[in-house]
Amino acid sequence: MTPLLSVQGVTKHYGSYIGCADVSFDLYPGEVMGIVGESGSGKSTLLNCMAGHLAPDVGEVVFDTRMDGPRDTVTMSEPERRMLSRTDWAFVHQHARDGLRMGVSAGGNVGERLMAVGERHYGDIRDQAIDWLERVEIDATRVDDRPTTFSGGMQQRLQIARNLVTGPRLVFMDEPTGGLDVSVQARLLDLLRGLVRDMGLSAIIVTHDLAVVRLLADRLMVMKSGRVIEAGLTDQVLDDPQHAYSQLLVSSVLQV
Amino acid sequence: MIELKNVKKTFTLHNQGSAVIEVVNDVSFAVARGECVALTGASGAGKSTLMRMIYGNYLTQAGQIRIGDTDIAQAEPRDIIALRRKVLGYVSQFLRVVPRVPTLDVVAEPLRATGASTDAAAERAKALLTQLNIPQRLWSLSPTTFSGGEQQRVNIARGFAFSYPAMLLDEPTASLDAANREVVLTLIEQAKARGAVIIGIFHDEAARARVCDREIDVSHFTPGIAA
Repeated sequence: MTPLLSVQGVTKHYGSYIGCADVSFDLYPGEVMGIVGESGSGKSTLLNCMAGHLAPDVGEVVFDTRMDGPRDTVTMSEPERRMLSRTDWAFVHQHARDGLRMGVSAGGNVGERLMAVGERHYGDIRDQAIDWLERVEIDATRVDDRPTTFSGGMQQRLQIARNLVTGPRLVFMDEPTGGLDVSVQARLLDLLRGLVRDMGLSAIIVTHDLAVVRLLADRLMVMKSGRVIEAGLTDQVLDDPQHAYSQLLVSSVLQV
Repeated sequence: MIELKNVKKTFTLHNQGSAVIEVVNDVSFAVARGECVALTGASGAGKSTLMRMIYGNYLTQAGQIRIGDTDIAQAEPRDIIALRRKVLGYVSQFLRVVPRVPTLDVVAEPLRATGASTDAAAERAKALLTQLNIPQRLWSLSPTTFSGGEQQRVNIARGFAFSYPAMLLDEPTASLDAANREVVLTLIEQAKARGAVIIGIFHDEAARARVCDREIDVSHFTPGIAA
């Protein structure tokens, strides 16, 4: 089977500082991978390099495109990469405000991505937007309200609807449940799990919350100082960590 | 169909003076289709550790753990994920679920993961919950607030939802009353009858005597205990 995403030797420096160094892995269709590590460990840098927001200094990010098979997204042209980020890729930001247009209605936020891929029929776009609002458990009567009138949890669900409406194959998530209270987190986790299973999505989730990766991710990478120090099956890395830092990370979690 | 060869496990505790704990060494045994084998030995002998290694939950330092054509000790994460989806079931002592998800969905989930339709999975889940005497009024609630025995039965329903060719059972009858214990033992007997390979830990000696064909004393593999 061809990997959906194959990352080879990705390195990014900020001046003389290491952002991330020599990261390699393959992600297969339907897999969800978690990336954990403390603040400054390079996990967001890596995510941004993979999603085309940052250009790595060295390395390849090969994505299995629908039309042309595996292509290195680092060296492809900017318009091609943008097309990918509108169609096959989705990016869920930690702060919903970064991923939404706050001055546009909820329906407009979802519909915009459809228009970006060429949908023009207003009625169809509105119907799809309403369908997606309901799938993320936002009442259809809120379709014309702006996200500024939504709670934090609703904004996050709206961001997810906006991202998934075009049926992407790979979703990048940066702390998707960060900053939400725990009951809202649980609801969002349940929603994400259902969407991943039903749409056959692959996802890469950056988080520092080990409980989130245990419930969402099949595989886990632990990063420290820009490098991957341990990787494997999520429950194996959490229950039988091999590296000193992973052991410290797992044993530092407060028990409720 | 499950075969262990010269399997070894040590834990290295880097943050506690790099203490090295040898748990088991040179474990070799095989379990055939339709056979149920009990792991025995005193608490701390390594029964659960060995079972978790077979499930791929703990890393194996040396040796082979073959389930069908897959060597768990060497397999890539995605091979283990695929194996767990359709081949290897595991009933642990503890229920770990996403909060808020209804019991019915918790039980149906392993079936959904194998590609079964929503309706078929729900039907099977209802049948198992009924068989295990979980009252229907609880089905729409999350099992996180259930009693210990109820949670264990939900876990068992989840473990038996799909007809896995191989199953690992960690104390499946531990906190059950007589009637529910009987249901679980019947489920195990039915799984054996359809040819499943079963490895279990049973502190319930009568249950062990009834469903298990033989016992493997794990303390023989524990360094320092076996003379």
